[in-house]
Amino acid sequence: MIELENVCRSYTVGDSEVHAVEHVSLHIGAGEHVAIMGPSGSGKSTLLHILGCLDRPTSGRYLFRGRDVGTLSDDERSHLRQQEIGFVFQFFYLLGRLTAGANVELPMLFAGVGGNERKRRAEEALEAVGLADRIHHRPDQLSGGQRQRVAIARALVMRPSLLLADEPTGNLDRSSAEEVMGLLEKLRGGDRTLIVVTHDPEVAQRAQRIIRMSDGRIGEETA
Amino acid sequence: MKVGELLAFALGALRGHRLRTSLSVAGVAVGIAAVVALTALGDGARTYVVREFSSLGSNLLIVIPGKVETTGAIPFGGVTHDLTVADARSIAMRVPGVVRVAPIAVATDAVHWADRSRSVPILGVTAAYQAARQVTVASGRFLETTMAQGGGQELVLGAKVAHELFRGSSPLGRIVRVGAWRYRVVGVMAPKGRSLGFDFDDLVFIPVKTAMRMFNRTSLFRILVEVPSADELAPVKRRVTRLLNERHRADDVTVITQDAVLSAFSSILGVLTLALAGLASVSLSVAGVGIMNVMLVAVSERRREIGILKALGATNRQVLGAFLAEAVVLSTTGGLLGLAAGAAGVRVFVAFYPSFPASPPAWSIAAAMGVAVAVGVGFGVWPARRATRLDPVTALRGR
Repeated sequence: MIELENVCRSYTVGDSEVHAVEHVSLHIGAGEHVAIMGPSGSGKSTLLHILGCLDRPTSGRYLFRGRDVGTLSDDERSHLRQQEIGFVFQFFYLLGRLTAGANVELPMLFAGVGGNERKRRAEEALEAVGLADRIHHRPDQLSGGQRQRVAIARALVMRPSLLLADEPTGNLDRSSAEEVMGLLEKLRGGDRTLIVVTHDPEVAQRAQRIIRMSDGRIGEETA
Repeated sequence: MKVGELLAFALGALRGHRLRTSLSVAGVAVGIAAVVALTALGDGARTYVVREFSSLGSNLLIVIPGKVETTGAIPFGGVTHDLTVADARSIAMRVPGVVRVAPIAVATDAVHWADRSRSVPILGVTAAYQAARQVTVASGRFLETTMAQGGGQELVLGAKVAHELFRGSSPLGRIVRVGAWRYRVVGVMAPKGRSLGFDFDDLVFIPVKTAMRMFNRTSLFRILVEVPSADELAPVKRRVTRLLNERHRADDVTVITQDAVLSAFSSILGVLTLALAGLASVSLSVAGVGIMNVMLVAVSERRREIGILKALGATNRQVLGAFLAEAVVLSTTGGLLGLAAGAAGVRVFVAFYPSFPASPPAWSIAAAMGVAVAVGVGFGVWPARRATRLDPVTALRGR
């Protein structure tokens, strides 16, 4: 499902070049649960952004379900994110002015799903994360764990084949983290792949594969 | 994403930043209100002046004795002839295309009644004056003497004189004294107010021939010549001039059209209105820069939001559309509020100065709204384009 061939990503900061990701080759199959671990600055977030089509590799090839993402236009990549990829972020990234329901509806809004259908699917998604009764609450009326569950509902509402989570438990207490990870695992499966970036070994341990990164390179892999 | 959804999303964003939204709406509103109020005042001033002039009778030629020109030493034969009632009769009888001719003689004297007296302009006129100057009688009747008849000892009081001398009792049929002459009051004029500094209520009318005799005058002050339409002004003016030159055997009268004065004033005030509109458009562009500022700040403050929207699969066009919709909503709301505020301001002004016909002209309303929306969209596009070009990863970092 995901095929990285010799992918590099470098930035120019001032005069010097920073190599965030160097020569990464990787294969991830459909339905896998993969954790990417590493200290901060190891390039794991950059790798996740590349996988999520938010960033382009400087060199190398990225095949997503057989399509070369590097050759896609901005609009095509937007479309790909819209239809195939769900994001869960450390800081939730819910829009504070919108209710939980409206936040979950956002991806469908951009995809052109009709109003009634949006409502129905948002309700379903919130029910799936156990927050059906919070549909009219704004993010600031929800706890951290609840916010992350709203974000998960939003990530899943377009039924993506790839779920990317960037430190999903980084801002949560133990029990909320447990809840969120349980939810992510439950919602994986079938053809849906889950990739979690974390530096928490306990979170990483739950994955089938752990990819360790340091200095932009992939190190040993454990299963 | 449908237009309705886009607008709903934009409205949500605007509601989410109340202070910023209200400040920028206020900015646009002030600009638009300024345009509306300033052009309303300018246009009102023009209408006011035009109306004042036409209240004096618009299709009028005014014959004045003497020639308005700069000359050196007067050559022989350069005698200024009197303008007489006979001249006026001759115009009435011999010039085609004349509706009526109203000779006017003027002097100032005291009008006495009982123990009160008041010094006012005395206008010697004929019955034709009433129609030519468009004045109305409140009680009694106007003078009925024609140019053919002699004088007569009838008198019509202006509204103010009547009030000052008679203090509420009816002056009709009373005998008043002007100098050594006695007159019977046959009418009182309706109030007309001041026009171009002359108080049309503080005067009396007597028959023109009586006035000439009483003041021992040989020359009229003016002859008003009314023509049926503005088109007739020029040809009749030529005929009148030729006739009087023949009668006087000299070019010694001046014929002016009220219309000429009017159009001069009107164009001056038109320029004034344009200047006001220029001033107003400056304030409008300031408002536009305000919108741009707000949108720029909105874009930089909301980079993270843009990043989120992009991560969720929004295309550049959708992000651009959302920000544009915000700019349009901002500027139209501001524009409408500005229109309302401007109109309210003008209304308050008119409440204080009822005689001043200030109302915003349609073109300025249209231009103001057009510019507001154009400026909103124009100044909204640039920051919005910047917003869409943001790299989603940088945008997500929010800095």
